Amino acid sequence: MIVGQRKINLTPWAFLALPLTFYLIWVIAPVVQTIGYSLTDYDGVTFDAAFIGLENFRLLFTDRIFWTALANNVRWLIFFALLPIPIGLGLAMLLNQGYQGSHFFRTVLFLPMTLSFVIIGQIWGWIYLPRAGALNTLLEFIGMSGFTRPWLSDPGTVTYSLIAAGTWRQIPYVMILYLAGLQSVPTDLVEAAMIDGASWWQRFVRVVIPMLLPSTVVAVSISIIDSLRAFDIVFVMTRGGPFNQSQVLANFMYIEAFNNYRMGYGAAIAVIQFAVTFTFIYLYVNYTMKREQAR
Amino acid sequence: MSDYYSYGDSHGSLFRRAPLTRQQRRVIRTVLFYATALLVTAVWLVPFVIAVFTSLKTFSDIMAGLSMWRPPTAPTIQNFFEVWETGMAMFFRNTTIITVPSVIGALGMGSLGAYALAFHRFRGARVVLMVFIAGMLIPFQMLLIPVFRFSNLVGLYDTWQGLILFHIAFQTGFCTFFLRGFMKTMPVSILQSARIDGARELLIYRRLVLPLTKPALAALAILQFTWIWNDYLWGLVLLQSDNLKPITLGLVGLQGQFVSSYNLIAAGAIIAASLPIAVFLAFQRHFIHGLTLGAVKE
Repeated sequence: MIVGQRKINLTPWAFLALPLTFYLIWVIAPVVQTIGYSLTDYDGVTFDAAFIGLENFRLLFTDRIFWTALANNVRWLIFFALLPIPIGLGLAMLLNQGYQGSHFFRTVLFLPMTLSFVIIGQIWGWIYLPRAGALNTLLEFIGMSGFTRPWLSDPGTVTYSLIAAGTWRQIPYVMILYLAGLQSVPTDLVEAAMIDGASWWQRFVRVVIPMLLPSTVVAVSISIIDSLRAFDIVFVMTRGGPFNQSQVLANFMYIEAFNNYRMGYGAAIAVIQFAVTFTFIYLYVNYTMKREQAR
Repeated sequence: MSDYYSYGDSHGSLFRRAPLTRQQRRVIRTVLFYATALLVTAVWLVPFVIAVFTSLKTFSDIMAGLSMWRPPTAPTIQNFFEVWETGMAMFFRNTTIITVPSVIGALGMGSLGAYALAFHRFRGARVVLMVFIAGMLIPFQMLLIPVFRFSNLVGLYDTWQGLILFHIAFQTGFCTFFLRGFMKTMPVSILQSARIDGARELLIYRRLVLPLTKPALAALAILQFTWIWNDYLWGLVLLQSDNLKPITLGLVGLQGQFVSSYNLIAAGAIIAASLPIAVFLAFQRHFIHGLTLGAVKE
């Protein structure tokens, strides 16, 4: 087919027609629509939503729950970037030495990745139970009764308790990424450094870490994007409580939109969540596209 | 990385007295490896052990408020039968009905999109790929309201079809990205010779490319199965009737119904986790390979 001067190849578009239509209806259009809703007072029940400009955002910025949720999301982000990366790398280095049984250890460590967040939330709820909970009874057993507390109803510990449950699943994921990355570190390069008299630490910092840069970029950006998406664990374990102390944007949005029928307001929360995530999505997509181009 | 623990020998004065032989160092390294690996693995298993212990406890054990560490005093599998009969069987079936067509649909969509993006050069290809990659990373909250409203509008709300169609659509992004990456590694020459022979594109896709993509499709199917099986949020938003709900929602319902009968909830959780864990153990290689190839999740 010829449009103007340009010849358009129709075959790829014929193949893309169905997937793109699906994507357009259920993913792309909704993103645009949500931005639209965020500028209205849509309540999800009546159809005549009024355009109210940036009123939702103005309200949001004076909403204390919003700031608590945002601060908690920053906590999730910091811990998801700081904990799983070094621990995952350490475990990958440990299991990459080729000892017998490494495969078994890897399998066990990886099991949490197969669980639904709902189940993770339930099991970790038993760990944090005030009286019979695994954590408190362990602390009592080792003579540290002073540290016991109701982990999920203490405003000071609740968010960190949820993050710990999340990292139990995230660390193995990062470990797997690094294990794959380590396959691409050429052994002769490491051996050459060894012959040159480089110590273990020098080899690790000068050879291995730079070679693992691609894995690190992926692991960090995915962990950050995941930390900003945290929903199920919070929803199942605390619903954001006590008194919104463990609230995160994703859960706050759900409650406002679907429990309080403030869809316009909820959309505004989603837009903020999206805006925060966008930087990291942009970095990841950009990086991936460059790698794809290189193939 | 063979002497990961070699720094150990400069630590204590104990080791400094007499220089260690190669043999001795190797033994120390091996011991350190197994000690660390076993310790970490044990810590990681704790939540699983607690779940299994709890699921085997009787009501009197639970009522006694014993530590979650205590093994059941009189282990019973009665809890599993009880939750299975009070709804888990139905929820298990529902999740299967939702998951299987969703996985097949997502793989189909993904393979179509991947074929176009891997074997054709055309204007806009880059943008399309970027949209697919960006879409799979978007916070779900950005889609909730419009998808909910759309489902209501077209009568897909509170139906399995509505949920299945959404899963297919959302996973299309990841599937396309994943399969395109795999197809890119296939030699273009076989394709060209087929084209010279005058084979139609659809035929090349079905008879030539799809069979060669089988390993990637297998890895992808396993990942998709786990993700869709474990979904909670979309079942929550797009379904209302109890008899349609997937097992994750059933589990949360169980929590509301039995409150502190942790033994029943634990049994339900183990039932819900059993299939993804079995699939993972059976196809572990595919699962891990897929995860690293795609380097992205959910």
